[in-house]
Amino acid sequence: MPTKIEKDEISGQHTTGHEWDGIRELNTPMPRWWLYIFYACIAFSVVWWVLYPAWPLPGGFTSGVLGYSTRGEHIASLAAQQTARASQAVGLGDASPEEIESDPARLELAVAIGKSAFALNCAQCHGSGAQGFAGFPNLNDDVWLWGGTHQAIITTLQHGVRWTADPDTRISQMPAFGADAVLTPAQISDVADYVMSLRGTVGDADAMARGMAVFTENCVACHLEGGIGNTEVGAPRLASAVHLYGGERTDVIAQVTRPRHGVMPAWSSRLDPITIKSLAVYVHSLGGGQ
Amino acid sequence: MQDDSGPLFSGRVRVHPKAVQGTFRRAKWLVLAGLLVVYYLAPWVRWDRGPNAASQAILIDFPARRFYFFFIEIWPQEIYYLTGLLVLAALGLFFVTSLFGRIWCGFTCPQTVWTDLFIKIEQWVEGDRNARLRLDHAPWSAGKIGRKALKHLLWVGVGVLTGGAWIFYFADAPTLAHQLLSGEAPAVAWTTIAFFTTATYVMAGVFREQVCTYMCPYARFQAAMFDQETFVVSYRADRGEPRGSHKKSDGWEGRGDCVDCTQCVAVCPTGIDIRDGQQLECISCGLCIDACDEVMDKVGRPRRLIAFDTLANASARAGGPLKPTRIVRPRTILYATLMALVGGVMLASLMLRSTLELNVIGERNPLFVLLSDGAVRNAFSLKILNKSGSDGRYGLTIEGLPGAVLSVAGAAPSGMTDTPVELTAPADLVATYRILVTVPKAALGAASVDTRFIVTSIGGEERAEHHAIFRGP
Repeated sequence: MPTKIEKDEISGQHTTGHEWDGIRELNTPMPRWWLYIFYACIAFSVVWWVLYPAWPLPGGFTSGVLGYSTRGEHIASLAAQQTARASQAVGLGDASPEEIESDPARLELAVAIGKSAFALNCAQCHGSGAQGFAGFPNLNDDVWLWGGTHQAIITTLQHGVRWTADPDTRISQMPAFGADAVLTPAQISDVADYVMSLRGTVGDADAMARGMAVFTENCVACHLEGGIGNTEVGAPRLASAVHLYGGERTDVIAQVTRPRHGVMPAWSSRLDPITIKSLAVYVHSLGGGQ
Repeated sequence: MQDDSGPLFSGRVRVHPKAVQGTFRRAKWLVLAGLLVVYYLAPWVRWDRGPNAASQAILIDFPARRFYFFFIEIWPQEIYYLTGLLVLAALGLFFVTSLFGRIWCGFTCPQTVWTDLFIKIEQWVEGDRNARLRLDHAPWSAGKIGRKALKHLLWVGVGVLTGGAWIFYFADAPTLAHQLLSGEAPAVAWTTIAFFTTATYVMAGVFREQVCTYMCPYARFQAAMFDQETFVVSYRADRGEPRGSHKKSDGWEGRGDCVDCTQCVAVCPTGIDIRDGQQLECISCGLCIDACDEVMDKVGRPRRLIAFDTLANASARAGGPLKPTRIVRPRTILYATLMALVGGVMLASLMLRSTLELNVIGERNPLFVLLSDGAVRNAFSLKILNKSGSDGRYGLTIEGLPGAVLSVAGAAPSGMTDTPVELTAPADLVATYRILVTVPKAALGAASVDTRFIVTSIGGEERAEHHAIFRGP
């Protein structure tokens, strides 16, 4: 607390009463208009309380006569976005995916719509970068279970995979060769050696020869000669560096013994055609599209 | 608070500076006229940059994100040029201040220029200092209301012209002038004019010297630039004291030259008495020098009782010989060197500024994609900044990655490893591409390879490159 407030002899001004090592501080009064600005701020805040949300109350708050809220503003801006996007998206409705891809402006729009729809609906299984996980396909690569053309992607999106609620869903089932005792464990081991050889891992020659015979008898119908796969029936390409359920020999044995099957929902009931088309264009543009 | 502690707030003492003639007043008018001419005419200077760019010499184009200054065109990512300019301006201010005190404040600061203009208007309408003081104390009458109203009207007029000129720096001046006259100008133009009208009126009309005393930080740290050999407006106490009124019949023996006429106080735009020594409020405008010279002429004493002088001289006069003031001293050498350094770096970088730039960002989600044949693919976002005035065609190649095949996402890959991919970028714009780089399984040596993207203009000499990392499993 200031104690020795006195008049300074040289300047004629009062001191604040503070003293440090014999040095005293003059009390220089603030200009009065500064005070008026403070009063103006108080007046401004009163106007603000009336117009805008301000005071918390039990169970709520004073909402202000303008009825403004940041949430309301956000909803309005979202609605404006929707309207703007709807008018832009008209150009996507009639165009084929190929036409969209050849027009930079429409491509940019479709990729933007597809990307945001992907993040909302697809990233949960396929990953935010469409990079996939074990059992969920990577959409960046050149491997497609059901085909990687625009139309094939659109069909997969519309009707899903093994989504029984949709009568047109893509469906196929690999027999459980081991669990149902169609093949003996020895045969499965041989066919695994053969499948591994398709990927460049050379094992026992006799086992591979026996495996090839098993393969020709049981697997070629779907996976085709040389294990190149068949997108008509969703049979994966086996002669590939990319694998849905793991690339080791034990993974192959596990899949032949008791196959796992992925399921993807049909999206035609949840997404509008333009969004589905945009999703197809976006996925196709990731680099693996056929 | 105790009773004798003084007031918490002080009312403002209104300053009514008296008109004055003299060297410094003339210099101030000349500087004012020159600055206002530059301010009002600069946006109207044309500069031909070809069909794709603005034809205004000085233009800050916010919608297109370009800044034009005669032969210089700056993109937003080159904002460091503006930083350099501000650093240069600050150093220039320090340099001048260390030599001549706050002459920036007294002569060239917009606050001073517009305050001078406003005081001149006040003087036209209400008369000089004494008349204005009388008018302020007079009771309200039709005449007083009329004069005050006219003054404020003129002030607002100057404010409108000030804001009205400001906006021309941000849009094509002739187009905007036409829009203003036909009432079609964008709302932001009108609000900017309104803001500057208010700011000019309040700062130059109402606040005046309070801006310098209470708001401007420069007044507070000026002392850091001063030293014993800085020229500041100072009263020669050794010659002036003891002061006192002087009759013609009296001699000048045993007294100082100061006749205590207080003309120096009357003309001061900040309302201080320079005879009290150096003060925070003094803006070094030199008007008290003019006022004092006039009086010294009348009483027949030598001029420059108040003058631009150094503290070293002042203390030397109190006893001992005068030493010549050193202009070249460590402080000024430091400021000058820094200015030359910053200016040189800026000039060099402006001269060497390339009209082609390449930015590359590797996609990180996923880092790489394994393809069915074992090859590895990376995706890169590539931006070509074409800062030239014509559309550009470029060849894109990658270095340090043997066997790599480049393709633009969406287009078919060329399938060839050494053929450049052709890309285009429109004049004065940025083109964005997604580039896919595929390396065969056998060719990839390590999990991460340092590479460089290179774009070369086709049929030109422009070349730009950017470092990137190719990642594999």
